[in-house]
Amino acid sequence: MTDAAFALSLRGVTKQFGSTVALDSAGFDVRAGTLHALLGENGAGKTTLMRLAFGMLRPDAGTIETYGTAREWRSTADAIAAGIGMVHQHFLLVPAMTVAENVSLGDRGLFRGFDPRVAADRVRRIGAQTGLVLDPAARVADLPVGAQQRLEIVKALARDAKILILDEPTAVLSPAESQELYSWLRSFVARGRTVVLITHKVREALAIADDVTVLRRGRVVLSGRSHELAEPAVINAMIGSAAPDEMQWPMADSTPGVPVISLQHVSMTDSRGVQRLRDVSMEVCAGEIVGIAGVEGSGQHELLRVLAGRLAPDGGSVRLPARIGFVPEDRLRDALIPTMTLVENLALKEAGGARGMMQWTSYEARALGTIREHDVHTSGVRSLASALSGGNQQKFVLGRELEGSPDALVVENPTRGLDIRAATRVLAELRSARTSGVAVAMYSSDLDEVLSIADRMIVCFDGRVTDTPVEADAVARALLGLS
Amino acid sequence: MTFLVRLARSQAGASVAATLLALAAVTLVVIAGGYDIGHAAAALWNGSVGSSYSFFTGTLLRATPLIIVGLAVAVAFQAGVLNIGAEGQLLAGAATTIAAGLSMADRPGWISVPVELAAGMAAGAAWAGIAAVLKRRFGVLEVISTLMLNFVALFGVSYLVRGPLQESTHLYPQTASLAASARLPVIIPGQRLHLGFVAAVMLAIAAWWFMRSTAGGFRIRVVGAGAAAAASAGRVNVDRVVFGAFLASGALAGLGGAVQVTGVTYALFEGLSPGYGYTAIAVALLARLNPLAVIVAGIFFGGLEAGGAGMQRDAGVPSGFVSVIEALVVLGVLAVDRARSVAGERGQPTAGAQAA
Repeated sequence: MTDAAFALSLRGVTKQFGSTVALDSAGFDVRAGTLHALLGENGAGKTTLMRLAFGMLRPDAGTIETYGTAREWRSTADAIAAGIGMVHQHFLLVPAMTVAENVSLGDRGLFRGFDPRVAADRVRRIGAQTGLVLDPAARVADLPVGAQQRLEIVKALARDAKILILDEPTAVLSPAESQELYSWLRSFVARGRTVVLITHKVREALAIADDVTVLRRGRVVLSGRSHELAEPAVINAMIGSAAPDEMQWPMADSTPGVPVISLQHVSMTDSRGVQRLRDVSMEVCAGEIVGIAGVEGSGQHELLRVLAGRLAPDGGSVRLPARIGFVPEDRLRDALIPTMTLVENLALKEAGGARGMMQWTSYEARALGTIREHDVHTSGVRSLASALSGGNQQKFVLGRELEGSPDALVVENPTRGLDIRAATRVLAELRSARTSGVAVAMYSSDLDEVLSIADRMIVCFDGRVTDTPVEADAVARALLGLS
Repeated sequence: MTFLVRLARSQAGASVAATLLALAAVTLVVIAGGYDIGHAAAALWNGSVGSSYSFFTGTLLRATPLIIVGLAVAVAFQAGVLNIGAEGQLLAGAATTIAAGLSMADRPGWISVPVELAAGMAAGAAWAGIAAVLKRRFGVLEVISTLMLNFVALFGVSYLVRGPLQESTHLYPQTASLAASARLPVIIPGQRLHLGFVAAVMLAIAAWWFMRSTAGGFRIRVVGAGAAAAASAGRVNVDRVVFGAFLASGALAGLGGAVQVTGVTYALFEGLSPGYGYTAIAVALLARLNPLAVIVAGIFFGGLEAGGAGMQRDAGVPSGFVSVIEALVVLGVLAVDRARSVAGERGQPTAGAQAA
């Protein structure tokens, strides 16, 4: 490659948004031909730092160098021309267009015209060279999430990216897909290219990265070779104190009570005619946490909604309690109305059944109780849901669903996008709900997380469920349909 | 300018700022067109609020249908239904009202007027119902279906006033006039302002109370603000709420037509509505869909229409400039909203996950 030891260097970078200091003289060096993990909690400034490196934002102070040359980006086009590619956490794809069209978007030339054959050839060529195989004619809307992510990487490679920045790439992937992505990134690095991985998953970062840099509150607090760093030290650096007690999982014994939710021979076909659930029979009992695992598209999405009473199956019988709380993974879409106040968002849970007048005074008191009891940081119950941080939104949703002592609680990826502190708090809430007798069903794409909290495990594969022991190996085999 | 920027940050302020900017822009155009701005402004003033006659019979009379139909648009938009077919629903309501009223010429007013208004509401709801059913059953976008149905309604009125409902001499393309007993009473002697204005204001207050305080109003708001969350977290039957709001919107627009023919024109003819159904969209947006603010926005636009007529009459300035103000106000409100949401996004990224 080049002589310069560092593919990317940021020095003394400072960035302010209004009165908030997002980055305070942060800097780090990425050695060429290595995989560098950028760790930090939500709001630590990881994404901002990489947006600066990619030319999406301009630093207030500080310098950017690539391969030893000082750079000043006027726009992302400059950064792309210099060989930087970025895969954003929320994909920037046009769902209605094909893979080849998405790759060609942003090509230079207004009147040069778009040749579908050339574009398709390019997608195939990149596939052959890199192993990131995609059907050029497939519509993006029909692609599973993992394939959409491959497409984002292919887009960057089509622009000849030598430095690839990925922002929380595994947030939307199943464990198997994550493994696949990581091994691909390692092979990419082995060819002399460079990867910066933004993540908050410490264990994964240490396992896969050559170097690690930890950001906290806009400053670099730790930087080093990953094999020289211990996991507890990295976590300490991230959250600025010893890990909270809840990080250890002292599971109080609890004897499961009577079955609260029960499904018998349930089957379910979605609107596209794909059978999602096949002859599923299961129970969730009072006072237990049933962990659910499954690779994307194995039926767990539908199963959770049937358990929560949000979806009626086509066949089989379902017995549900009167009050079921449901915490869906996409909280800003399915759980909260961002433009409404917390009072209104609390009242939302009863919107379907409410009659006559809305009891706003009582809803306000209940919202106030919820934010107090569940430690939701906000300026008040009349602030908009959108004004809360992701962790506080999730605590509010969980609090709302636990309010009024429900018989059952169904949760889906409850810690997605949360930092360690907020995630810990959410998991602790789930365990205390279980101890107080609520029947809890929980799905998480983070296998370690489900295993750490479940009394019992159920694995979805191809629309069927199997009971497995609460052990990583057994669950991993079941995830792939082996048992 | 900083004053305007600060004003635009508040809810109502955005509307006021947009209005001021629109007025300023039109002032410049009027001056550039070589008109005497002082004269034009005086004529606008005199035509809208300069005398009790221009205020009551000019401004408030025109504000009446704008408020009622503005409420129709606001209710639909609050539910996320982009009903831009209020004009057609208004015409359907007006035609049915006249048909009902003419058939009840010999009944006392306390029977005929309520029956007329009810007929107008039912017709407006039915006209909106066509688009509502198309949306619910086949997923037809209401923006297209309601707009198209406006033209159908317009041609329907043309047919009626030349065919089955034409006046007995068959000379003019219009219906016979309603009997005096079948008209809305005038509320101020010597003026033409009728009871419909009082009804419009009371309706706006009722709509405000309904949206704010009742479960049904809350359901409409949550469905419009976040349909997925309403269905999942609130277990709201989204299709049914949307359908109901659509019909209610049509009924209100039909009532606007009914009030106009029983209170002002007393007969059906093609030029019955100078685009009240379209101006009402501007009224609702300027009011930010708040029913109480619809009263203010309706009176403001009523004043502009009345004053615009005066401006043309006295100062020779084409009344089309008033339409320019209306259009600029809407664009201004949308621009301020957009600017604000962009500013919001910069501060805090919203989840735009496209993952299907």
